[in-house]
Amino acid sequence: MLRSSRSGLWPSLPAASPDRFRAAAAGAVAAAAYHAGMPERLTSDDVAHVARLARLTITPSELELFTAQLGNILDHANQMASLDLDGIEPTPHPYPLRNVMREDELVPTLDRDEVLAAAPSAQDGMFRVPPVLGEEP
Amino acid sequence: MTSTAREIAAAVRSGERTAVEVLEAALAEIASREGEIHAFNLVTAEAARARAAEIDAEVASGRDPGPLAGVPIALKDNLCTRGVPTTCGSRILEGWRPPYNATVVDLLALAGAVSVGKTNLDEFAMGSSTENSAFGPTRNPRDLSRVPGGSSGGSAAAVAAGFVSLSLGSDTGGSIRQPAALCGVVGVKPTYGLVSRYGLVAFASSLDQIGPFSTNVADAALMLEVIAGHDPMDSTSIPLDVADISDHLEDGVAGMRIGLVEEFLGEGIADDVRRRVEAAADAFVAAGATVETVSVPAAAYGLDAYYLIAPAEASSNLARYDAVRFGLRVDAPTTPEMYNASRTAGFGDEVKRRIMLGTYALSAGYYDAYYGTAQKVRTLIRRDFDAAYERFDLLLSPTSPTTAFAFGDKTADPLTMYLNDVCTIPTNLAGHPAMSVPFGVGDDGLPVGVQILAPMLGEVAMFSAAAVLESAIGVPL
Repeated sequence: MLRSSRSGLWPSLPAASPDRFRAAAAGAVAAAAYHAGMPERLTSDDVAHVARLARLTITPSELELFTAQLGNILDHANQMASLDLDGIEPTPHPYPLRNVMREDELVPTLDRDEVLAAAPSAQDGMFRVPPVLGEEP
Repeated sequence: MTSTAREIAAAVRSGERTAVEVLEAALAEIASREGEIHAFNLVTAEAARARAAEIDAEVASGRDPGPLAGVPIALKDNLCTRGVPTTCGSRILEGWRPPYNATVVDLLALAGAVSVGKTNLDEFAMGSSTENSAFGPTRNPRDLSRVPGGSSGGSAAAVAAGFVSLSLGSDTGGSIRQPAALCGVVGVKPTYGLVSRYGLVAFASSLDQIGPFSTNVADAALMLEVIAGHDPMDSTSIPLDVADISDHLEDGVAGMRIGLVEEFLGEGIADDVRRRVEAAADAFVAAGATVETVSVPAAAYGLDAYYLIAPAEASSNLARYDAVRFGLRVDAPTTPEMYNASRTAGFGDEVKRRIMLGTYALSAGYYDAYYGTAQKVRTLIRRDFDAAYERFDLLLSPTSPTTAFAFGDKTADPLTMYLNDVCTIPTNLAGHPAMSVPFGVGDDGLPVGVQILAPMLGEVAMFSAAAVLESAIGVPL
């Protein structure tokens, strides 16, 4: 009978423990002391900066609109500042991720010609792109 | 389509009906109403006819095509289909034909299903109305002036319109359950890891999960059993055999403890929706369950955590659209300029917003304050759910705060649109299963869905409860 939530449909999986999350998040969120209060209101300079990082070009009117919209979303998110998160471990994933290994055997992979056929431009078995070195946009 | 998937499969397996006849009936329905609904980005009629003929040949030669023999299905257009365009509702994947099938696509084919096409969605599954599709919105089959919900709006509409018996969607923050509620069909978000994500174009990898739409609870169980299971191609796939859900559909809820989530019955939830949820609670009591209200305090912060975590993961996942290996390329003198030109032309506004929001949340100086905080809130949400499931077998809430809304109602302010998913998002953050079941209509005569939530791998009890609601309401909408 498998009705109960706790009857062990997934008995082999250990319960999520803080230690596992700590291990999973090590490095990424290491020593992430929570700062009370959230950063200042998002500026258009911030948005222009992240657009550059994300390889997006935005017009002046888009910059104004996105700054207002993203600012509203972040203001809403600032509600989280009212929570006491001292000593709370982060959850990066629904359950602890582990490396999954397979036997070191040759298996078929995607066909190179088929993959290259989907590329905007290909030549001599390789993806073709414009010059890489040049002015940053 | 008047038959359920189970009825179709039984009739095709026994030779009483042919897969070709069933398919032609589905294609006729599509021909008559697809023009006004736009559930599909692509209808693959010829491939479907060839597949249906194969199914019939199998039956004729005495082989069993499988539990979904001859059942017409539709696939959300973010599921990779080999050689068949897969757009994600985005210009940036224009013309792309994947070189492989998603695992779920192969599993459905092996079970005898016949795919009739790829359904419309909000671009990269980011939205709650399909208004963010680069190929135009889908209309709600129950009322063409209303949205079908989203992001899996096309899959919900295809089932609600009777085009197909079953469809697949993906649910990152409610993208199966909310359109199911708005279109009056059943929609299931399985436990994270129960269904392989291999070949699902990634939006937010720690939240995404594939699941079924159907007109009835038993069909959803059948489809979930077909697509669930461990897949070596997905390292987050649960290494366990799938529990038999269908055999427990008649188990009922007698003796179960069901919690009515307090946080999802207050401000922001329409009165007519709240009344249907209370009616669902009454139906559970009548079936022998005990129902009490329960608080899941951190769930009230789910929306805030989600709109940092999901965009953060999306900004990373969508970095792959660089115009080098596939999809749209806008030519430019240098490769960096080509990246910018292609991504700027290829992504719509909502996708750009989320990429920028995620990039910001992950950027130096803000990582701890935003992304780090959101991940800690995610921990609180899990804890609060765990505490609730110490006392209750299942939880109950609205699926969506309102019935289907009109086009353009919520497009001006992204935050207004995001609030649609306030009841569904916490489930994804916890990795738990939940499903939406149609349970009557609101004051406007449009469908209301109620959400049944369960703990990790609680699908069996969740479906038993869904079946109780279905029989309490009588025939499906």
